[in-house]
Amino acid sequence: MTRSPLVLIGKIWLALILVFLYAPILVMAAMSFNASPFYQLPFQFSTDWYAKMAGNQQIIAAAIRSVLIACATTAIATVLGTAASVALFRYDFPGKRILQVLLFPPIAIPWLITGTAMLVFFFAIGIGRGTPAVLIGHVALALPYVIVTVSARLSSFDVTLEEAARSMGANAWTVLSRVTLPWIAPGIVAGALFAFAVSFDQFVVSYFLSEPGDSTLPVLIYTAIRKGFTPEINAISTIIVTVSMAVMFLAARFSKFGGSR
Amino acid sequence: MSRVDVANVTKKFGQATALDDVSITFEDGGFFALLGPSGSGKTTLLRTIAGFYFPEAGTIRIGEQNVETVPVEKRDIGMMFQNYALFPNMSVADNVGFGLRVRKVPAAEEKRRIAEALELVQLGAMANRKPSQLSGGQRQRVALARAIVTNPRVLLLDEPLSALDKTLRVDMQIELKRIQREIGITTIFVTHDQEEALTLSDRIGILKDGRIVQAGPPREVYDRPVDAFAAGFLGEANWLPEAALAGLSLPVTAAGRRFATRPEMLSISAEAPADGRNAVKGRLQQRVFAGAMATCLVEVAGQQWKLVARDRDIPELPGGGDVWLAWDPADTLAVPA
Repeated sequence: MTRSPLVLIGKIWLALILVFLYAPILVMAAMSFNASPFYQLPFQFSTDWYAKMAGNQQIIAAAIRSVLIACATTAIATVLGTAASVALFRYDFPGKRILQVLLFPPIAIPWLITGTAMLVFFFAIGIGRGTPAVLIGHVALALPYVIVTVSARLSSFDVTLEEAARSMGANAWTVLSRVTLPWIAPGIVAGALFAFAVSFDQFVVSYFLSEPGDSTLPVLIYTAIRKGFTPEINAISTIIVTVSMAVMFLAARFSKFGGSR
Repeated sequence: MSRVDVANVTKKFGQATALDDVSITFEDGGFFALLGPSGSGKTTLLRTIAGFYFPEAGTIRIGEQNVETVPVEKRDIGMMFQNYALFPNMSVADNVGFGLRVRKVPAAEEKRRIAEALELVQLGAMANRKPSQLSGGQRQRVALARAIVTNPRVLLLDEPLSALDKTLRVDMQIELKRIQREIGITTIFVTHDQEEALTLSDRIGILKDGRIVQAGPPREVYDRPVDAFAAGFLGEANWLPEAALAGLSLPVTAAGRRFATRPEMLSISAEAPADGRNAVKGRLQQRVFAGAMATCLVEVAGQQWKLVARDRDIPELPGGGDVWLAWDPADTLAVPA
């Protein structure tokens, strides 16, 4: 009996959180299907904005660019991150603890600062702005996420499985591909999805490092909003939100599987 | 199947010497138990024979081949681990067939040999299960089938039964012995359980501080231990206090020696025995009934002695009173002091 007011408050609290988190997104998604360019009600269903968006070469180019960079980032960060996790798990070397601790600040430091630092650094060493800079930046940001998720999975790995495989005649490659990688696969998939999301949703670092006219989707949206808002942006944003949420949902599922079994 | 010769092997981990000039021969087709307290080097010796460690000095031969620099995957051994180490993502059949696939055995033969191995451990019906769906004893059998399916030259067992409960463990001991006899494979078995070592093996090696203390058939090691450690580690020893030696009939001269008896060699009575057997006087502390057998704890000149006998062979004795413990002089153990 005494618990019921608490439970009620808790439920209201939860409802408020969900409303403030998702209501704006839902409104945006709804407006992307509204015929009026000035958000006028009553709501009139229309896919005009999606059609317009599809005809906008700039948006399409930026979207393709974003996806390509995200895919490249995912591939590089996943391979490097998995290799790094296996090495950190398997070998003891001087400075290992420090290296592991150094993985976390890039997750915690504001991207604005990381982005500025990267810009200064890349100019100093002659890489400058452009796609290579964006790619390096994204990989650097995504790498810790991969290492953390893969390492979490590896921590529950039983090394006697590798010993058993070797005792049966398996060489290092067979042990890795048949025993170790299958065990950490959920962690690798989750890490890859995180890496994709970090790159695809990345605004700050991309904004600093990409050359004008060569922008990724989030950067293009920002620039477009500054010029004047059109429901076209709602349409493309709705698509981004859908893709990002799907990716994160998958990542969460895989990392949850990573914990059990 | 091959004999294994370990000669003058030394293995160090940093400053610590895990194996100190160890030499021992494992006969072809024999069942050899390595017994010792933790830290004695028994597991290190097994893993050095397996090829997980490379010795700093000495040679290891499997059959006619020197293997001390050969990595584990090229040694052609079968190994069973304490936690079984079954691959959780593979079915029972795939676990057993792993070594065959690595060796690129043709699919039809692989299938036949997996079936044979599972038949041998009586798990033919479980081929498609995952390890997580098996009981402890079944996992154990899968691990054994997996270790022998490739017909390795030697089978290495690292405390394979220690994770099982007592009843299952005894069943598995019998099973392990049967399978070992059936395929006649040279087997080296690490255990800290002396009873298990005595039950299973036809030779025992006792290790202490990285050295072999004694190696030989179980009966020989039990009846004629070479030193006080071996006497106390394999079986139990009641040490004769020096003051009690006078008047006893001893197998050898007392100088520089210690003497002991085994708990089951003793008989107990309220009066001194008149049949000329060795006897010492003590005070009965406790009599513990355990079904068929009973244990008496007796204080002899400040030391605790233990007697084990059939309960019906122990007479009624007054608690806390003086008793005599008697034994046949031939049953006296003598070791260097």
